[in-house]
Amino acid sequence: MTEVPTTNRTQSPGSGKMILVMGGVGLIASVLLVGTFRVTSPYIEENRRIFLENAIYDVVPGAASMIPLTVDGDVVETAVDIKSASLFAGFDESGRLAGLAIEASGQGYQDVVSILFGYAPDCRCVVGMRVLESKETPGLGDKIEKDPAFLENFEALDVTLSADRMRLANEIEMVKSGSKTERWQIEAITGATVSSRAITRMIARQAAEMIPVVERNLDRVREMR
Amino acid sequence: MEPLSIKSPQPTTFDALLKGLWKENPVFVQVLGMCPVLAVTNTVINSIVMGLATMFVLVASSIFVSALRHVIPRQVRIATYILIIATFVTMADYVIPAISLEVHRSLGAFVSLIVVNCVILGRAEAFSSKNTIGRSVLDALGMGTGFTIAILCLGVVRELLGSGTILGVPVFGPSFEPWSVMVLPGGAFFVLGAWLLLFSWLRERKKVEPGTVEVARPKTPRVR
Repeated sequence: MTEVPTTNRTQSPGSGKMILVMGGVGLIASVLLVGTFRVTSPYIEENRRIFLENAIYDVVPGAASMIPLTVDGDVVETAVDIKSASLFAGFDESGRLAGLAIEASGQGYQDVVSILFGYAPDCRCVVGMRVLESKETPGLGDKIEKDPAFLENFEALDVTLSADRMRLANEIEMVKSGSKTERWQIEAITGATVSSRAITRMIARQAAEMIPVVERNLDRVREMR
Repeated sequence: MEPLSIKSPQPTTFDALLKGLWKENPVFVQVLGMCPVLAVTNTVINSIVMGLATMFVLVASSIFVSALRHVIPRQVRIATYILIIATFVTMADYVIPAISLEVHRSLGAFVSLIVVNCVILGRAEAFSSKNTIGRSVLDALGMGTGFTIAILCLGVVRELLGSGTILGVPVFGPSFEPWSVMVLPGGAFFVLGAWLLLFSWLRERKKVEPGTVEVARPKTPRVR
């Protein structure tokens, strides 16, 4: 039925040679890739670690050392390594707990945005925020990373617990630029409302979930030092 | 994809290097590889890294394609070229975050997308598959440099107007209001259009000027 035209048959080098060439090129390619991966991966890991550590020290003012933690149900445990941690305890030079850095993520305007925010038990407030990963629109949405007025929102954001210590006394909410009246409000960036709301939502959700747990485990965490 | 080869009389070795810079500039003349040209030229550093990564992939894959040009069967040549190109792109994708995570973060997915940059497949098909390794390397270097210069042209203008900085250093005073549109996709089209206009105009002007090679050739026989 399916007859190959004779002209093609004579010109064709046969599938054996094609497979051989492609297989050979593939083999060389895999050797090159494995080699590159082995050489570069320690540097990449190291860069990632430095980046995360810097972010932790940025959001927990006064921290000089840190311990990675994980949350298992209602108990905060020490994490095996920095990669599997979702929570970091920062201690100052005298060994006192300066604060905790908490990871949060959520849908932004373009893609998932992940952030790290600092919680200080002394003032019961969020004391810093850094964007870890974002693909927000350059020039507009990416202002969540560097706009000083926006970042100021996270220098003393109130997250006091309610009387039963199970939730936040006041839910974190977003307001228009220039209309902040309460300590638990976040002022949006004009022209980047979607990105601002994304940050507000992920902080509000994660703070409401994690801070009661953290508060219950505070003494435990202090001992870990 | 665009027509791949621009026919020219067998060029000298030096020509193989230089034609990518001006006469056959991949961006301003062949208008190839528009995806990175438009997408990652919002800052100077992004343009430089993208240009260098593309040049690395271009040169390395040219060497391979040229070395294997008598071995690769015609029927599977495109698949083989893509395999070779993808290998070097992945290598670049490992090397960039090892050097700077920051730059890799801002380039995002566009490093991986070098695989489908027409300039690279175009040079493999139109040049390195027909020429010696030495000439292919020169051609790739020329095209790579031409590409880098071209996206740098866009990057400089867009960062200067869109953020008021060059390589992150503020150029204008604090009173400068950045033209946000320049760092957005729309700005990329405006700036590319302006550069294409300028280069086409320069080329046209060069053609009508007497004494240049391009006009001398068709005119001489008629005079005789």
